[in-house]
Amino acid sequence: MKVTYIQPDGSEQTVEAKPGDSVMQAAIAANVPGIVAECGGSMACATCHVYVDDAWTSRTGTRSESEEDMLDCAMSEMKDSSRLSCQLRLTDEMDGLTVHIPEEQF
Amino acid sequence: MDLIEGHAPLAPSDDIPVLDIDPYEEAVLADPFPYYAQLRETGPVVFIPRYQVLAVGRYEETKATFSDHENFVSSRGIGFNDFKLEKPWRPPSIILEADPPDHTKTRRVMSKALSPKVVRGLMDDFRSTAEEVVDGLLERSEIEGVVDLAEAFPTRVFPRAVGMRDVHARHLVDYGAIVFNAVGPDNALRRGAMARAPEVAAWINAACARDRLTGEGLGALVYKAADAGEITPDEAAMLVRSFLSAGVDTTVTGIGNALWCFSQNPDQWEALKADPSLARPAFEEVLRITSPVHTFLRTANVDTEIAGHPVPESAKVLCVLGAANMDPDKWGDPEAFRIDRRPVGHMAFGAGIHGCVGQNIARGELEALLTVMADKVARIEPAGEAVWRPNNAIRALDRLPLKLIPK
Ligand code: FES
Repeated sequence: MKVTYIQPDGSEQTVEAKPGDSVMQAAIAANVPGIVAECGGSMACATCHVYVDDAWTSRTGTRSESEEDMLDCAMSEMKDSSRLSCQLRLTDEMDGLTVHIPEEQF
Repeated sequence: MDLIEGHAPLAPSDDIPVLDIDPYEEAVLADPFPYYAQLRETGPVVFIPRYQVLAVGRYEETKATFSDHENFVSSRGIGFNDFKLEKPWRPPSIILEADPPDHTKTRRVMSKALSPKVVRGLMDDFRSTAEEVVDGLLERSEIEGVVDLAEAFPTRVFPRAVGMRDVHARHLVDYGAIVFNAVGPDNALRRGAMARAPEVAAWINAACARDRLTGEGLGALVYKAADAGEITPDEAAMLVRSFLSAGVDTTVTGIGNALWCFSQNPDQWEALKADPSLARPAFEEVLRITSPVHTFLRTANVDTEIAGHPVPESAKVLCVLGAANMDPDKWGDPEAFRIDRRPVGHMAFGAGIHGCVGQNIARGELEALLTVMADKVARIEPAGEAVWRPNNAIRALDRLPLKLIPK
């Protein structure tokens, strides 16, 4: 399956991923810039922040309360579409998922 | 029941291999790498008879055990003492030594106080202080890296970030070392720490009171959470105490270890000078390869298992973060210090809900310092033998003679 990351300048990168991976892991494996993920997925850094593309928000589920607390700490503005990519697990129906990378992560 | 090191005796399952060594012997603490390898090779989980504890050091099991806060709790102490069976030496930390739901509440307050946004606001001070400190050192032919730089920088910026009116650099550094030695077994290091604890802890507790803090700063943010009813005023004081136990000595250690890594690997210093944007990834690699917190414990709160081996309720488990960070199965070439490795998932700040809540500020401090140094320092050279300072949980330098060659 595939995930597409769109940078703040509009450039795109599509990477190969598999169900069960997090959107953060898929980005790190492919060296996608802007997903820093310094805490390695512990919800302790908020440097893996992404905005889920509008076309996909119905398929990415809801964020937990603790994820929301951490997003509130993120460097770039938290929006309704904000997720911590380390908490966003890929499922079969998310093939083709598109996420936007925020301006700043730290 | 007769306790062993403050916890219940453990009769492990026969299928768990035995590792008959003392990981807290000073020679092992000074050079832990052979022990780390032995631990990983012996099995996914091993039994250490001397202390009647289990230990994990392979990456997968260490990460799984350390972050499984339901089966392996922190509220019974992250050292040898089982708080359910023996009274701890100080009131337990309400974040480090707590479980959900209590932990969730205090963690939220601390996450907000230490968020990337807050750290961004501190960066100017971190950078200008780094410049002052480094400029001062460049005038000297030789420095003692631990005192002159690793201690000097955080003890200037961190109390200011917290908003402390009282600053006692020695107590601030030593308090962390005391707390971390206290999580070890009843050895000379722990006894030495306990002897100093009353004096230092009393100073720390007094310095955490609201009227000893300015209205700006991280401390004030925590007290504001108390005003908002999220926590009680007593809890706020306890959380400010956590800044001081976990935020000074650890950063001192991180800086000392970074200087040591670069003094040993001049090619990596060249790489940082060529691309100073590697300052943050470089710090991650320093953390991975030196593991400033080498070991914390967890306590099985129910009958459970590790890697298919049964683990009974009340078993203490050494989670050897330093060994996990050097596991060749995870890292390929763990011994190589490569600042562009980007070792996402290293265990130096822990993992899971207890992952270090102050990691963003630590990264900010190191980013500022390394960036300033990359700009001003041509070479970092050893000027004598580096000596490690044994501690039951921390791997820190005691002395690090260096020459800083200006650009
Ligand atoms: S990787 Fe740190 S919060 Fe997601």
